[in-house]
Amino acid sequence: MGAFFSPFINKPVNVARIMLKVLLALVPGIALYVWYFGPAILFSITLASITALITEALMLKLRDRPVTPFLRDNSALLTAWLLALSIPPLAPWWLAVVGTVFAIAIAKHLYGGLGNNLFNPAMVGYAVLIISFPVQMTHWIAPQGLGQSELGFLDQLEYIFWGALPQDMTLDAITMATPLDTLKTHLHLDQTVSQILDMPIYGRLAGHGSEFVSLGFLLGGLYLLATRIISWHIPAAYLGTLFITSGIFHLADPTHYVTPMFHWFSGAAMLGAFFILTDPVSSPTTNTGRLIYASGAGLITYLIRAFGGFPDGVAFATLLMNICAPLIVLYTQPKVFGKKDRVKKDKAS
Amino acid sequence: MRVLHHFHGGIHPPSHKTQSTLLGIAPAPLPSRLIVPFHQHAGEAAKPVVQVGEKVLKGQLIGLPDGFISSAVHAPTSGTITDIGMHPVAHPSGLPNLCATLVPDGRERWEQHDAEDYRTQSAGELQQQLRMKGIVGLGGAAFPSDIKLRIGRHKVDTLILNAAECEPYITCDDMLMRERASEIAKGAEMLRYMVDAREVLIGIEDNKPEAIAAMQQAVRENGMSFEVVAIPTIYPGGGAKQLIYTLTGLEVPSGTLPPDIGVQCFNVATTYSVYRALAHAEPLLSRIVTVTGNVRQARNYEALIGTPIDELIALSAPLPDSSGYIMGGPMMGLPLTEVRVPVVKATNCVIVASEKLFPAPPPVMPCIRCTRCVEVCPVELQPQDLYWFARSREFGKAQTYSLFDCIECGACSYVCPSHIPLVQYFRFAKSEIHAREKEKQAADKARERHEFHMYRIEREKREKAEKLAAKERAAQAAKSGKAEPQAKPEHVSSDIETRREHILEIAQSHVEHTKE
Repeated sequence: MGAFFSPFINKPVNVARIMLKVLLALVPGIALYVWYFGPAILFSITLASITALITEALMLKLRDRPVTPFLRDNSALLTAWLLALSIPPLAPWWLAVVGTVFAIAIAKHLYGGLGNNLFNPAMVGYAVLIISFPVQMTHWIAPQGLGQSELGFLDQLEYIFWGALPQDMTLDAITMATPLDTLKTHLHLDQTVSQILDMPIYGRLAGHGSEFVSLGFLLGGLYLLATRIISWHIPAAYLGTLFITSGIFHLADPTHYVTPMFHWFSGAAMLGAFFILTDPVSSPTTNTGRLIYASGAGLITYLIRAFGGFPDGVAFATLLMNICAPLIVLYTQPKVFGKKDRVKKDKAS
Repeated sequence: MRVLHHFHGGIHPPSHKTQSTLLGIAPAPLPSRLIVPFHQHAGEAAKPVVQVGEKVLKGQLIGLPDGFISSAVHAPTSGTITDIGMHPVAHPSGLPNLCATLVPDGRERWEQHDAEDYRTQSAGELQQQLRMKGIVGLGGAAFPSDIKLRIGRHKVDTLILNAAECEPYITCDDMLMRERASEIAKGAEMLRYMVDAREVLIGIEDNKPEAIAAMQQAVRENGMSFEVVAIPTIYPGGGAKQLIYTLTGLEVPSGTLPPDIGVQCFNVATTYSVYRALAHAEPLLSRIVTVTGNVRQARNYEALIGTPIDELIALSAPLPDSSGYIMGGPMMGLPLTEVRVPVVKATNCVIVASEKLFPAPPPVMPCIRCTRCVEVCPVELQPQDLYWFARSREFGKAQTYSLFDCIECGACSYVCPSHIPLVQYFRFAKSEIHAREKEKQAADKARERHEFHMYRIEREKREKAEKLAAKERAAQAAKSGKAEPQAKPEHVSSDIETRREHILEIAQSHVEHTKE
């Protein structure tokens, strides 16, 4: 008999399997990413994964913790994938490495490792990169069929490692600003929303190609909801707040503010709603707290996108709300069975 | 149809109940000896009233209730008391307890016992009888039933028979209802009579259709208006407060008991023994025990209290790869380190374990705050926070997060993907807090005593000095011929007052400290 105390039975679940399901849920989004932007993203995911596992192993060794069980828990892989999906696939190879090392070594292990990080490690990695290397962080690949010229996979690899492009190609010809970035720049040039959205990089809802990648992440998110890996509170409150705030501005001034659907399917909104904000370690544990946390993140995302200095705001919204999570939890403690308001009423009557 | 209420959370572990319900209840043969503990119930142990060497009859009182919450203990069969001393028993502490060893003479000679019609007696008289017949809760807590019937100024409107039997593997209540439903129904009527309840509800989980049918038939045949309610199968649906909520929608307020909201709850097996005690004047001498798990023939036995567990499980023939024993169910049961321990009134089940049935839990991983534990907690606690507080020994915080409302059902541990033994942490925190409170009380007493001691020494010194001074003054006055006024006694008494206040202040500050 294994255990020395009750309960003697356990549900067959474990952390590794939960993380694996989250990784699986990312696959549709990644597949559409490859379809529209070429296979470079697969390379950055692999690079980030290997870096994450090595960093994790080293940190565990340094911290004198067992290496194998923690390497098998898939949590480092998840951080790596989320970070890789947040940075431009054509960025130099060391960008993914630096970001991942920072995420795993500092944001995760220096805070106490799995389960103890105050901030979402992937988002810390992203924040470090966007602040330290803003130029390299803008090398987004143009969707297929939109760039002036296109790179094959080997050409992409060559560029990532040596910064070498095939002859008669310029970086500007194969990369472009993201749809959110383009929108921001052109709004500053006093163009109207409808003028801007006529540009070829925009599709039906948001950016051409990237809108479908977002749709892929939405599908994966629904799978997480269906398998009860995550609860509905965070995605619903996040997307709801983003929809309402952007909706109010859009209704008030449609020439300067894009539709809520544009916000939903742009940037990292879907990834954030289902995969990043829902990180259990750095988000509140109470359901009311989750609603507040995700609403706050939705609001900050919108404010940064519409009025801030960065094209997208998911990472900073996540980090800012991560800071608030412990306080939110403290003030949203649910009443336990036997201490509810209805009990008092029963007693009084 | 009664509207049922769903309590928060709960789990659906595999039930493993079928294997022990294939055969009827079998009487366990007389064991070679019986080991009868004097402390089988909640409260104070019974006081031995027999001597070593004494011959006793079946049903003879051997332990007298001692204290308000206590219950009687009887000789389960006729024979000779060969020993009264410490013997290993099944207890979380693993400590031995005072037991009488009885070697049966095999003749099962009963002590004279006659029953009067219970309707001619008052509730108080009947409660006294139950106390003297050793009737305690057979669901597991072994709380003396007479205490639960002393409802004082409360009015019990609804009497609930707990027949949920929500723990996996255990089937003793199920089989008892299938085979002795009529006696249970009659026992329920006796309980209803004692508390003067308006309605009686019998809550049975819907995975026991045979028991439900048997109880319905018994209630009908006895012309009773009791309601047999099939409740959803969900663990821990048989927790008293959970069952009350399921059936009535009433929430027993934290820190109070069911009679506070007009409900009282009894286990079906207890109800059966109430019937035996009042209708036949039989003390609680045996109970139904499920023997299951890694055995050739899982089955329920009617075993005498005191039957050594090893002799009982031998009846079901444990398989060779058995590796341990659990008393109770797999969710809340107790691992047995020793199989010479006896069946007691609280023993509802013995599970023979094997590595295959109960594999060692995977290594513990850190908590990732996934809140699966919150989702299943029937008390709506935040187990992940309580775990954190227990681990870091922040017991004050654990208490503000309602640690003592935890019913230790184990649902949180069951679902934890990090395999953290959460309940074990909560048990640890509770016992630590109890130990500290005791220590603090003792320390407070010692400090007060010390303070008073110091004060007395000082007072005596001062009084001596004052007396001396007074004497000198008196002598001087006598010399000079003038009379000086005596030292004022108020001075001393006011000093006592300030001292007392000071002590009180210290004590108060400690009380406030614990509340934090």
